[in-house]
Amino acid sequence: MSAAIELDDICCDFGKFRAVDHVNVTIKAGEFFSFLGPSGCGKTTILRMISGFIEPTEGVVRIGGQDMKGQRPNQRPTALIFQNLALFPLMPVWENISFGLEVRGVDKVKRRARAEELLELVELKDSADKMISQLSGGQKQRVAIARALAVEPSVMLLDEPLSALDLKLRQHMRAELRAIQKRTGVTFIYITHDQGEALAMSDRVGVMSQGKLQQVADPREIYNNPVNGFVASFVGENNILTGEVKKAGKGEAEFATAIGTFRARLGNASHGKLYIRPEHMTLSSKPGKENSVPVSIADVSFEGNFITVQAKAANGTHLIAELRNDGSATVPAAGTNMHMSFAAERASILPDTSSVGA
Amino acid sequence: MEHLLRRYGTGLTALCIGLTIFWLAVLVLLPNFTMLESSFRPYLAKVDEGGPLDFYSLRNYGMVLGNEVDFSIFGYVVQTPVRLKVFILTIVYSALVTVITFAMAYPLAYYLAKIVSPKSLPTLFLLLFVPLWVSEILRSFAWWIILAFKGPLNALLMTLGLISEEVRWISGFTPVVVGLVYTYVLFMVFPLYNSMQSLDSNQIEAAEDLGSPWWRTHWRVILPHAKPGIASGAVMVFMLSAGSLLVPSLLGSTTSGWFTQTIQGIMLDSQDWNAGAAFAFMLLLVCTIFVSIMMRVFGVKLSDIAK
Amino acid sequence: MHKNRNFLFHLYMILFLAYLLVPLMVMGGAAFNASKLPTIYPWKGWTDQWFIDLWHDKRIWGAFLNTIMVALAVAAIAVPIGTAAAILINSIGGRVRSLLYGLMVAPILIPGVVIGISTLLFWNYLSVGSGLHLSVLGQVSYIASFVMLLVLARLQSFDPSLEEAALDLGASHAQVVRRILLPHLYPAIGAGAAISFFQSIENFNVTLFTRGGADTLTVYVFSKVRSGVTPTINALALILIVITVLFAIAYEIKRRRDEARLKLVEG
Repeated sequence: MSAAIELDDICCDFGKFRAVDHVNVTIKAGEFFSFLGPSGCGKTTILRMISGFIEPTEGVVRIGGQDMKGQRPNQRPTALIFQNLALFPLMPVWENISFGLEVRGVDKVKRRARAEELLELVELKDSADKMISQLSGGQKQRVAIARALAVEPSVMLLDEPLSALDLKLRQHMRAELRAIQKRTGVTFIYITHDQGEALAMSDRVGVMSQGKLQQVADPREIYNNPVNGFVASFVGENNILTGEVKKAGKGEAEFATAIGTFRARLGNASHGKLYIRPEHMTLSSKPGKENSVPVSIADVSFEGNFITVQAKAANGTHLIAELRNDGSATVPAAGTNMHMSFAAERASILPDTSSVGA
Repeated sequence: MEHLLRRYGTGLTALCIGLTIFWLAVLVLLPNFTMLESSFRPYLAKVDEGGPLDFYSLRNYGMVLGNEVDFSIFGYVVQTPVRLKVFILTIVYSALVTVITFAMAYPLAYYLAKIVSPKSLPTLFLLLFVPLWVSEILRSFAWWIILAFKGPLNALLMTLGLISEEVRWISGFTPVVVGLVYTYVLFMVFPLYNSMQSLDSNQIEAAEDLGSPWWRTHWRVILPHAKPGIASGAVMVFMLSAGSLLVPSLLGSTTSGWFTQTIQGIMLDSQDWNAGAAFAFMLLLVCTIFVSIMMRVFGVKLSDIAK
Repeated sequence: MHKNRNFLFHLYMILFLAYLLVPLMVMGGAAFNASKLPTIYPWKGWTDQWFIDLWHDKRIWGAFLNTIMVALAVAAIAVPIGTAAAILINSIGGRVRSLLYGLMVAPILIPGVVIGISTLLFWNYLSVGSGLHLSVLGQVSYIASFVMLLVLARLQSFDPSLEEAALDLGASHAQVVRRILLPHLYPAIGAGAAISFFQSIENFNVTLFTRGGADTLTVYVFSKVRSGVTPTINALALILIVITVLFAIAYEIKRRRDEARLKLVEG
């Protein structure tokens, strides 16, 4: 049975340092939820509070509706996948997996059978008697997952499990983890600093910075409608222009910058910076209908499935455009003078940071 | 504390703390305090204990004085209390043993740390360890045989024509020093080896490359790095030598009393446990002072004394 | 230049080894000399008389038994104490840790004579008379330090997240210790037990003052050498040396075999 997790206004202090600052979020049962943020943003601390290794200084952690205060890690319905996996080196694979059952008094025959079942689930048949040192990185990952699943937790907690793997393996494991989550239906809480991972795997993402939750939404929303500059910058690339808000209307405003005045979306804030993603920039030899800037092309680099164009505006401001490599756009040469423009709906005026609830 | 509880639970934490307290308090601290306390009280019959005769004084310590004998220091003869003389000579000769063992151990430690190929190390260590596992008393006994008046050493030297008649080796402090050096030299080798081993060989090569002669490389590069080892080894050897009872008893004679023998006499022959406590405490004090001096001079903490 | 120097060093090593081992051989050789005094010179002919005498010497067997019992008791007590102390100190930091560490290492630096006397006085104060039980307690006070150091060193290579993983999977604290921590520590605990055992057998200074009337091997040999000695002592010495050497050889063979096996697995 998977469970929902409620983080009710929790804070965590280490001496004078506040690592988690009034975080409020409800994670639904059966959801794949990621906490995304840079190192030191507090996501690991949140995980440790949910698993029971730290108690929150303020606020309540509820799992399945139950207040977890005072419950030790071995009493909670959670299972933690450590960053370094923490597999037991002196036990073979099957004993590792069935350890949770062993400590609950299950007999050896049943334990072995269950371990074999789980090995099939994670696609590691015939590995039961191997020692941990004989496994590859990806195989160790799967043993760690099997070990956690063996205790039938309501919540799986994953602490940057893929960070030590190489690129290809990481991408393969992303899909695997997602598949396992769907198959078992257990609530997954995943923490990472890799935005690609978070966006690809999660039902919802919570972006964190300096202990505060910045935004909680599904991946598309996070990417397309970031609520502040931090989220916009952390997830994906941006062109960022400083300036002032002029005429503010319904959900949009005019923004005056050094290289021109542009129309863009505006949220609740009254000031901020202008954010435009490179893939929303278009290049043409003639000026665009609105939001157009004359630029000179500084550099063009071919990156495989897209082309990055670096350009300079009249006053030296650096702008980046990303073009799809499908032959539709004309690829300019360095030194050419062109016009870069963007749609108002694709640009946002965002404050630097804000704090938000679920 | 809270961390410990969290990690191991109440039962286990209590066990760990309990065992440790038992060890440190009951087996180490309390006995030493009792000894210290006893040293201030006079030697009384059981009935008199706690009565009017039972008071604190320095009388037991004063027993180190009295009974003066000649003590010739570098030719000058000074009237010194016999026990005090024994005490001082014990310290002096233990220091000598420490210096000799250092001189002998240093080249060997350097050899093991830097010159020998790492593959042969375990075997060599094993060879060195064997004498260590043979009991201390047997090692002293071996020298007793060798140094005997009509024994093999004299026979060998006479055959080689180095001496014309047998030399009485077992007289004075020489055999005691020889025995102590033999018994404890390995306690200097291993700490030295440990600290030298952590020195990056590149540093030695760099020094040579810059033109440093071998003795200077040792003086300026290797010795400073080996300081923790030197301190550790010196402390062990001095403490073991000053506290040794076996070696001086076997290889010593009436002219070469060792302080531990004095203590043994008082404790076991005279059964004056209070005076024995006082003298034992004096020995402890000397060792502690030596350790402190070593720690100060070599800038080393207690955490560097591991085997 | 280096070649000459290295040769000198090799020579020094050999001389040093000879210096260490020759006296032992002399002592062993005297066990076969048919002379009433233990010596190899003058040589009065081969004999195994002393070994026979040794076999019949009841006091030596008594002393031997006492020594073994004391050593077993010391190992049985020092190992849990040392292990507990190491676990305790590993979980503490800061000034308390340094202070505790100093206290735990200090017994090694106390002369055996002092340990013996202080132990005797303390337990006597509690109306516990002298005897082998006091010898055990006195020896444990410093032998536990060795065990603590060994276990503490081994603890450094332990990954604490393994404990957390076990807890997270539902293990009780006792189960964590039994299944995760102790197995990692077994090598150090084993070494600690061995060291405790052999250090106890070796011990003289502490035992002499605490034993009451009982004999242990070291004390017995000491009294014999002082009073009137025959080469039975040498026979005993030779046997002990041979046993030690056999242990050393066995250890070396096991070590080489382990090394070879390791190479096979990795290669």
